[in-house]
Amino acid sequence: MATSIPVHDSHELHPSGFLRWVTTTNHKDIGTLYLWFSFAMFLFAGALAMLIRTELFQPGLQFFQPMFFNQLTTMHGLIMIFGAIMPAFVGFANWLIPLMIGAPDMAFPRLNNWSFWLLPMAATLLLTSFFVPGGAVAGGWTMYPPLFIQGGAAYDMTIFAIHIMGISSIIGSINIITTIFNMRAPGMTLMKMPIFVWTWLITAFLLIAVMPVLASVVTMLLTDRHFGTSFFSAAGGGDPVMFQHIFWFFGHPEVYIMILPAFGILSTIIPTFSRKPLFGYHSMVYATASIAFLSFIVWAHHMFTVGMPVSSQLFFMYSTMLIAIPTGVKVFNWTATMWKGSITFETPMLFAIAVVCLFTIGGFSGLVLAIVPVDIQLQDTYYVVAHFHYVLFSGAAMSIMGGAYYWLPKWTGHMYDEKLGQWHFWLTTIAFNMTFFPMHFLGLAGMPRRIPDYALQFADFNRIISISGFVLGASQLLFLYTVIKCVRGGQPAGAKPWEGAETLEWTLPSPPPYHSFETAPAIK
Amino acid sequence: MSRKTLSLLSAFPIIFFASATHAEYQLNLQTPATPIAHEIYQLHNLILLVCLFIFIVVFGVMFYALYKHRKAVGHQAVQFHENTRLEIIWTIIPFFILIGMAYPTTKTIFAMRNAGHPDISIKVTGHQWMWEYEYISEGVRYLSSSSTPRDQIDNKADKGEHYLLEVDHPMVVPTGKKVRVLLTSTDVIHSWWLPQFGVKQDAIPGFIHEAWFQVEKPGTYRGQCAELCGVGHGFMPIVVEAMAPEEYSAWLARQKASTAEQAAASSRTFTLDELKAQGEKAFMANCAVCHQATGQGTAGVFPPLIDGAPFSAGKNMTDPLTERGFWKADKIVLGPKNRHLDIVMHGIPGTPMPGFSGQLSDVDIAAVISYERNSWGNHTGDVIQPAEVSALRKPAG
Repeated sequence: MATSIPVHDSHELHPSGFLRWVTTTNHKDIGTLYLWFSFAMFLFAGALAMLIRTELFQPGLQFFQPMFFNQLTTMHGLIMIFGAIMPAFVGFANWLIPLMIGAPDMAFPRLNNWSFWLLPMAATLLLTSFFVPGGAVAGGWTMYPPLFIQGGAAYDMTIFAIHIMGISSIIGSINIITTIFNMRAPGMTLMKMPIFVWTWLITAFLLIAVMPVLASVVTMLLTDRHFGTSFFSAAGGGDPVMFQHIFWFFGHPEVYIMILPAFGILSTIIPTFSRKPLFGYHSMVYATASIAFLSFIVWAHHMFTVGMPVSSQLFFMYSTMLIAIPTGVKVFNWTATMWKGSITFETPMLFAIAVVCLFTIGGFSGLVLAIVPVDIQLQDTYYVVAHFHYVLFSGAAMSIMGGAYYWLPKWTGHMYDEKLGQWHFWLTTIAFNMTFFPMHFLGLAGMPRRIPDYALQFADFNRIISISGFVLGASQLLFLYTVIKCVRGGQPAGAKPWEGAETLEWTLPSPPPYHSFETAPAIK
Repeated sequence: MSRKTLSLLSAFPIIFFASATHAEYQLNLQTPATPIAHEIYQLHNLILLVCLFIFIVVFGVMFYALYKHRKAVGHQAVQFHENTRLEIIWTIIPFFILIGMAYPTTKTIFAMRNAGHPDISIKVTGHQWMWEYEYISEGVRYLSSSSTPRDQIDNKADKGEHYLLEVDHPMVVPTGKKVRVLLTSTDVIHSWWLPQFGVKQDAIPGFIHEAWFQVEKPGTYRGQCAELCGVGHGFMPIVVEAMAPEEYSAWLARQKASTAEQAAASSRTFTLDELKAQGEKAFMANCAVCHQATGQGTAGVFPPLIDGAPFSAGKNMTDPLTERGFWKADKIVLGPKNRHLDIVMHGIPGTPMPGFSGQLSDVDIAAVISYERNSWGNHTGDVIQPAEVSALRKPAG
């Protein structure tokens, strides 16, 4: 294929087969590893969700005892967050940041290898914990003591798994920040960087700020469990609620860690298929930074029912409501980007449009939950389950899917099957809404979350939810098939299959050479 | 439009309704029963409407663009971007909308947190997995646990109308009075939630928090524990009976009398059959969630209670069992009677087994142990009398 980019492939002397992947320091290989790892975890944690929905299909205990049910909900949450969503975004970062800023690779290629290979170890600890006496953790992914103190060996394995994943995230973030600050092609100033790179830069700072907090708080749990400390036990002068404060000081920025890169993906896809530049690049950057800042001062809105002073409730309610402003700016920006464009509806764009709508629903339910008196009614109900699946599934996960369709031609050199992609989109979107929208009603009507069995007035919605949930789960197998099909072959994509795409990766052939941008490209 | 029609419109293919025997598609919060719950209901409706309005406006614009500015209809992209005036406007307008939402909310928050000057105070203690209600300064104290029969949960019997939302002894309160609840817990965090009252407050071990409500009309109000508290989390309902103040006074008087009766029962001598009958009830209410109605426990977590039953678990579980003489070589052993009493009364620290001395009466403890030692293939013939339990209480104070 003819290309004006100097391609210099004499360094392709690397091991092949399995060892290639173990020893690789190439950002593209590592990006691929992250993406496949997260996909596997996504399917596994999704399978756990299918089991949850099986038990909840009708009232009564049919298939699982409550103990195992609690393990299912807990592990579904932990694996989706730490195994599926977060690594998927790191996969995008690895593949795309060097290509988008015109760098030859990540700043620390060996650390990059290590930060990936820590993950399978953590996942092994987590997954094998199902088989130790007592089974996996069952105290909820939020790990609240004193309940968490009561558990068996799996609880310690989970703590160590979180430590390992935390180290992986911190290393990965240091790598991303260093790469962005030092390896941009000459002429690419910070305010000329693609918006996806900006969102990841801010995300990486969030990760560095809060992963150590999570590591500390689970270490405190560990010492409470085994070494006689009483951080979280009132009997020894501690306070169980202190755990919640520290945990959510991590946990709320964590929410934005999982959504800011998604915003970056949307802000890349929407201009491409509108054939127009992003309406407000500067305001997007500022809005992302404001959201990141605000995310540090809203944590206690997860704990309005613990009995905090009125003044705290008011502070955290007001600060939480403020987040609506930069989030609104983003949604308005995307709308204005589409306005008077020349819009086409390929699979990535379909996903992007759906995410904007559905994420906004999640944003609104977040605003409802910020209102303290209403939150008192809705805390720990299915309303909350609906809310965070609207932001995490139709926000984060569906952005990841849209991004995957968008960049698959670049990654593999082949076009994906557009028809299958659109099938996957419509099945996912419809089944998603039919699964999670009725949960708002269940929550309002008074169904608590994390229960293996429920009162009869909740039965009808639960049946709808379970059936739709199975469709949603099965649709993801279609995604898997479409991706594999695209990897194996398909129409050649050419360097730039999307007419409106502007970023640097589209100046390279598809797939890009193993080593790209060894000579920095010129930035206009 | 009726609620039913709305739900049909909002819902989905007809097949889902085909087998709906008790079709109930409630879409909004439960009917409020206290002034605060009314305020919450209104507040939620207000916020929801504002959100809905914004959603329709914003996505109206977006879908207009998606329809009119398609490439398929030959629309050419207009290459504009950035417009400071527009961007300032869409930052400021939401700010004022938020202030409009915050103002009524703040008023409600102050009202709902004002628990001062109550007419009655009830201490609510969460246990794994039941509630304890203590009418402070009345000397009345009792446990309230799920009364849904195990067979209904296991699908061996038809489910009753209030499946999982029914208890043996509900909390009783007078209507029109300000009732303050003081919440705490003896083990893990629970959350006392009564949707129709607009009350949800965590019960946290080692701390006491307060909430209040004033019920408008007599009736039975149902709720559930709202904070994950272990395997029994889905099975610790809350039921409050609200009655006219005179009826409440009569109920309180009866309650005091039966407390006195119970105290007298501790000194009586029971037969094994009496104890087994009473013990079975107490076992189902307090022990069966973990140890199962069959006494078989849950593999790896909750030991069976049957002599010779196989059981393996982590050392933090088996060591204390061995030390008490209840476990040997991967099997449960029915250990000595006095150790059995000690476990039931004081629990096994470091394991999920709680102590029941504070929650159960002397008769109940004696009955449960007699029941356990003479059921499911255990045939010790041991009879434990309430007096033995009360004797053990003395040294502990």
